[in-house]
Amino acid sequence: MALATLTAGRRARRPAWRRRDAQIGYLFVAPQVLGVLALVVVPLATVVWYSLHDWNVLTSTFIFDGAANYQRMLTDGGLHGSLAASGWFSLGLVTLNISLAMVLALLLNQRLRGTTAFRVMFFSPVVVSLVAWTIVWGFLLQADGGINGFLALLGIEGPNWLRNGATAMISVIIVQLFKNVGLNMILFLAALQAVPVQIQEAARLDGANAWRRFWSIVVPLISPTILLVSIITVVGSLEVFAQIDVLTQGGPGHSTTVLVYYLYQQAFQFNEFGYASAVSVLLFVIVLVLTLIQWQTRKRWVFHES
Amino acid sequence: MSLDQLERLERDAVPDSPTKDQAVSTRSRRTAGERAMRASLLLLMVMAAVPFVFPLWWMATSSLKSTSEILRIPPTLLPESPSFDPYRQVFELQPFAQQYWNSIYIAVLVTVGTILVSSLAGYAFARITFPGSNALFLVVLSGMLVPAEVTIVPLFRYVNTLGLINTHWPLIILPMFGAPSVLATFIMRQYFLGLPHELEEAGRMDGLGRTGLFWRIAFPLARPAIAAVAIFTFLKSWNLYLEPIVFLSSREKFTIPQALTQYVDAYGGPIWNVQLAATTLTVLPVLIVFLVAQRQFVQGLAQTGLKG
Repeated sequence: MALATLTAGRRARRPAWRRRDAQIGYLFVAPQVLGVLALVVVPLATVVWYSLHDWNVLTSTFIFDGAANYQRMLTDGGLHGSLAASGWFSLGLVTLNISLAMVLALLLNQRLRGTTAFRVMFFSPVVVSLVAWTIVWGFLLQADGGINGFLALLGIEGPNWLRNGATAMISVIIVQLFKNVGLNMILFLAALQAVPVQIQEAARLDGANAWRRFWSIVVPLISPTILLVSIITVVGSLEVFAQIDVLTQGGPGHSTTVLVYYLYQQAFQFNEFGYASAVSVLLFVIVLVLTLIQWQTRKRWVFHES
Repeated sequence: MSLDQLERLERDAVPDSPTKDQAVSTRSRRTAGERAMRASLLLLMVMAAVPFVFPLWWMATSSLKSTSEILRIPPTLLPESPSFDPYRQVFELQPFAQQYWNSIYIAVLVTVGTILVSSLAGYAFARITFPGSNALFLVVLSGMLVPAEVTIVPLFRYVNTLGLINTHWPLIILPMFGAPSVLATFIMRQYFLGLPHELEEAGRMDGLGRTGLFWRIAFPLARPAIAAVAIFTFLKSWNLYLEPIVFLSSREKFTIPQALTQYVDAYGGPIWNVQLAATTLTVLPVLIVFLVAQRQFVQGLAQTGLKG
């Protein structure tokens, strides 16, 4: 009886309290929800709408012409070139980044003296301003810059790294590689530390050498992290812009004009806002697919962890 | 990655010697081959460190060189007659002090604003039950799916229509409420989900309302998450490049990354020593703060790697 009245009393009081709590909840999330709606969702819908128009800011034309921009994409050699450039950049970066990050993480995991100092060194470019880091490397990569200067000491005549079609792309990749590899290194290091020592020890007693232990035990155990880190790196590499603008402006020729740089040129150099919007939609779809794959793997990854 | 994990990482980095006896015994057991192995690994690490550390050394030393020395072959490791003249020119050729201030005040406002927006939203999504909260959270998460480059054309249009071109407003408002703050909200929510309910029960007993529970109990307890959010938000704003070059047009309004690229001669070629001097002035303060608080930096930024 007492219990019944108690719960009845509670039920009577609770809705008011609940309602007030819910109001505060809406109030708390309002700035973020309205912000995302106004600054992300609506612009995203708008960019799709724009992409269906022939819109040049200079001539101030804004004419609905359906899928014309998308048809133009099919035959636009410049766009195809930029997709290829983005593909090469992403492929090169992710391969080098994952390999180097793994090597560095393995080195740091050896518990040598001074490991903390090395970790700080490998990580430090991550906090250095991107444009600053890029300018310094641009200086090093000049025809008469530091790298060729030191190569000259060895009797090697280095190329003009950033102005040579054969070396420009790899130079841009290298600059980005050293900028951010420290982040992936830390993620790998955390994964390596989670590999049970007993398993490795048992394999060692069974006569497996370090190489074998790495490929047969460590890699399978941390493979979810490797996959996750790879996708994050690919998505990040698609958004490369400042490095290209500072180092090569997309050149020589169009060899380093990646997708985002192409988008920027179409919009803010050629004033082709309609076509640039269509390119934006393409970029969004590519990133969306990759991100959905990433979320899918993260689920698996979290499952593995627990 | 949790702070615990990182602490373990630090502990493990110390040479493997739980007790002195064991340390002695392992050392004596170590064969010559093993010692050679360790020495070569150390050498490998030193070599690996060169491309990470040398550019910064080269930046700082080259900024003190004269124009005749700076591109000399063979290169000089240290400036022959160091001169601070490039540093004087940094401020003469552009309103660099103003540009530096622009970057600082924008980054501070964005950081403080993002912490407020994301902790309020993160708290509500984690601790308050209200109808539709899951749906609203999904709306917010959708912000993570859209790279800034995708919406730059419509945002340019809006900013233009509002007459805010060549003002700092878009650089402050967009990160604070738009896509970049979503990751912060996500991290804050994760943190608040992990807070024990007993703490809030106790606060409620003491007569605190929902606002009091947030402001007096949950928010102060979230310091580690706030630190992570503060670090990556500040750096992101400090490094912003595409938005400033799209939205800003006059030198007094420029932020640092954009300003750095403007130290060029009449032919558009960079004036290297001045540009590197300005770059050094940009990099050094952040690098010093990083060295002091490297653990917080590594942890805070590793989180963006995982969740972004």
